[in-house]
Amino acid sequence: MNAVVEEHHDHDHKPTGLGRWLFSTNHKDIGTMYLWFSFTMFFIGGALALVIRAELFQPGLQIVEPEFFNQLTTLHGLIMVFGVIMPAFVGLANWQLPMMIGAPDMALPRMNNWSFWLLPGAFGLLLASLVMSLMGMGSAPNFGWTFYAPLSTTYGPDSTDYFIFSVHLMGISSVMGAINVIATIMNLRAPGMTYMKMPIFVWTWFITAYLLIAVMPVLAGVVTMMLTDRNFGTSFFDAAGGGDPVMFQHVFWFFGHPEVYIMILPAFGIISSIVPTFSRKPLFGYSSMVYATASIAFLSFIVWAHHMFTTGMPVAGELFFMYATMLIAIPTGVKVFNWISTMWRGALTFETPMLFAIAFIFLFTMGGFTGLMLCIVPADFQYHDTYFVVAHFHYVLVTGAAFSIMAAVYFWLPKWTGNMYDEKLGKLHFWLTCISANVLFFPMHFVGLAGMPRRIPDYALQFAEFNQIATVGAFVFGFSQLIFLYVVIKCVKGGEKATDKVWEGAHGLEFDLPSPAPFHSYTTPPEVK
Amino acid sequence: MAAQSSDKQTANNPGSENNGIIGRLLLLVMVMFGFGFALVPLYDIFCDVTGLNGKTGDKVNFVTAPIVDESRLIKITFLASLNESMPWEFKPQQSFIEVHPGQPTTINYLAKNISSKSIVGNAVPSVVPGLAAAYFQKTECFCFTQQELKAGEEKIMPVTFIVDSQLSTDINEIALSYTFFISKKTTQDLANNNLSAKNL
Repeated sequence: MNAVVEEHHDHDHKPTGLGRWLFSTNHKDIGTMYLWFSFTMFFIGGALALVIRAELFQPGLQIVEPEFFNQLTTLHGLIMVFGVIMPAFVGLANWQLPMMIGAPDMALPRMNNWSFWLLPGAFGLLLASLVMSLMGMGSAPNFGWTFYAPLSTTYGPDSTDYFIFSVHLMGISSVMGAINVIATIMNLRAPGMTYMKMPIFVWTWFITAYLLIAVMPVLAGVVTMMLTDRNFGTSFFDAAGGGDPVMFQHVFWFFGHPEVYIMILPAFGIISSIVPTFSRKPLFGYSSMVYATASIAFLSFIVWAHHMFTTGMPVAGELFFMYATMLIAIPTGVKVFNWISTMWRGALTFETPMLFAIAFIFLFTMGGFTGLMLCIVPADFQYHDTYFVVAHFHYVLVTGAAFSIMAAVYFWLPKWTGNMYDEKLGKLHFWLTCISANVLFFPMHFVGLAGMPRRIPDYALQFAEFNQIATVGAFVFGFSQLIFLYVVIKCVKGGEKATDKVWEGAHGLEFDLPSPAPFHSYTTPPEVK
Repeated sequence: MAAQSSDKQTANNPGSENNGIIGRLLLLVMVMFGFGFALVPLYDIFCDVTGLNGKTGDKVNFVTAPIVDESRLIKITFLASLNESMPWEFKPQQSFIEVHPGQPTTINYLAKNISSKSIVGNAVPSVVPGLAAAYFQKTECFCFTQQELKAGEEKIMPVTFIVDSQLSTDINEIALSYTFFISKKTTQDLANNNLSAKNL
């Protein structure tokens, strides 16, 4: 099979220079752009987070005004969710899906180009509001990443309209990306690859793509309602005109909760690819993994109001959403036990991707457990809007989603570049990242339980020690990512040549291709038995 | 551009298969965009049907006098608030009252227009706890109609209510809250009429 691919290798027509990237219809080039975009945004969002942590190093106001602090938390959240995690997963999908299912490229290459190039526009708009704020020309969005009405409607700054169009563009980009993923998976699988033979990363992305198509339009709807409320005299969320601000939260979280799973299901797929490779065993419970992913996706649609327990919901509603939320622990538990069972009696080695994967399993599960604590209604009344919530979602998004992305980059980078990354530096990056992330986020549990509210630049004196520890962790975490950047650049530029299989225990069609992977993946479909 | 043509050559699927999928998925996108907007009326309907959000019902007319349960006393607390754009003063004349279930009771709110023009207002009632809303029945209320106050005018606004004796024995206290909103359209009509009357 390799021979066939190599024959075609010389026929690659790559436009050169800027045009190669601007007009690219190649899944690998577009994947690369997504990943670099995400990496850039990671440093921008991270810089905002470091200003937040620097301000919180001491009680009282030191570095920024409270108004600007609000803009920092808002943009940090928006950039990390929509600019880092989601584009990184789409980038990984672009690189991996065609190789994993034995296709030459994505099914809709030109749409692929468009969905990427909308993103710089979207984030250009969003970041423009921050630049204007820094230049003293009005406030950037300052209502938190959840942009609750009426903070974002009646009281929103002028730049809210920038934000709204930015979200529209991101939404269009995500929906097109999702359509592309589904069309690719449905139409371009190699002969013999039935649905239940697809790699688990492909399965998780297939389900994620449906989630995106189901909820990104609802997000577009809610920001459209905001737009008309702000500019065209409607009253969707304005009580004075017969609207209801609480309804904003219902519509937003109807999008928001599936969004949470959009940011974690592909991570499950990545971990399910890495753990078997370094355990040298097939994945334990493949079909239960597929069904668990589908159940999580279904449940994600009926739990949204657990974000709103303190809005004055009736007891019946609170009980329903509490029990439905608890149910999610079952399929998630299935996954965690399957990963552990895969490692059980395996011939384990601990290369950097495996280290990140194991850290993911442990730390994501801790984030899951604090999620279970939060879904208990009477307890949530105390935890709501405290640093406990901040600790919870950073455990699932940083040590969960972001760790899985780092694991995926280390895992597939040799396949992409043809060179092995620097294992020593990779391990250094892992240990610094893993330890500092816990130093950063673990103390937040304690200050949260003690009642420190989130999104506030000042705090009571007794929270000072834990906040100082968290800030130290934040700076170590932030600067450790420069090692990651260095490792990636070093690997792209050269290094020890990677074999086609890359890893001793690697399985899957992408590891049958040569390293680096040819410009067009499988020009002749492989036979899957 | 060369990359595109080579993609076309190497793609091993006919475009029609993709088009079917794209069409169906775009339809789903449209449906979900519409669903976001449909949540607005659905949310109201859901609250009406289940009575879950403390919204009280419309005017109740009793054919026969309701039975008074003298063994119980329910404390009713009265609250008043104004929407930010409403230039009135608004407060209950007493902060609470204790009543027997089934006993018709009238209390008064006091509203005053402190602005320099006539304003039409709408009062929106709400009952806490939400489960008590269905048992809190109003026979007369200033919230049933729009209220007009001329500049500087003061008005006593009565509300007559009966707490249904079927109310769960778990509930001993009910809070009744009114928020006055400005009725922008009617206030505007009023101003226009005054203006045209002056012109005549």
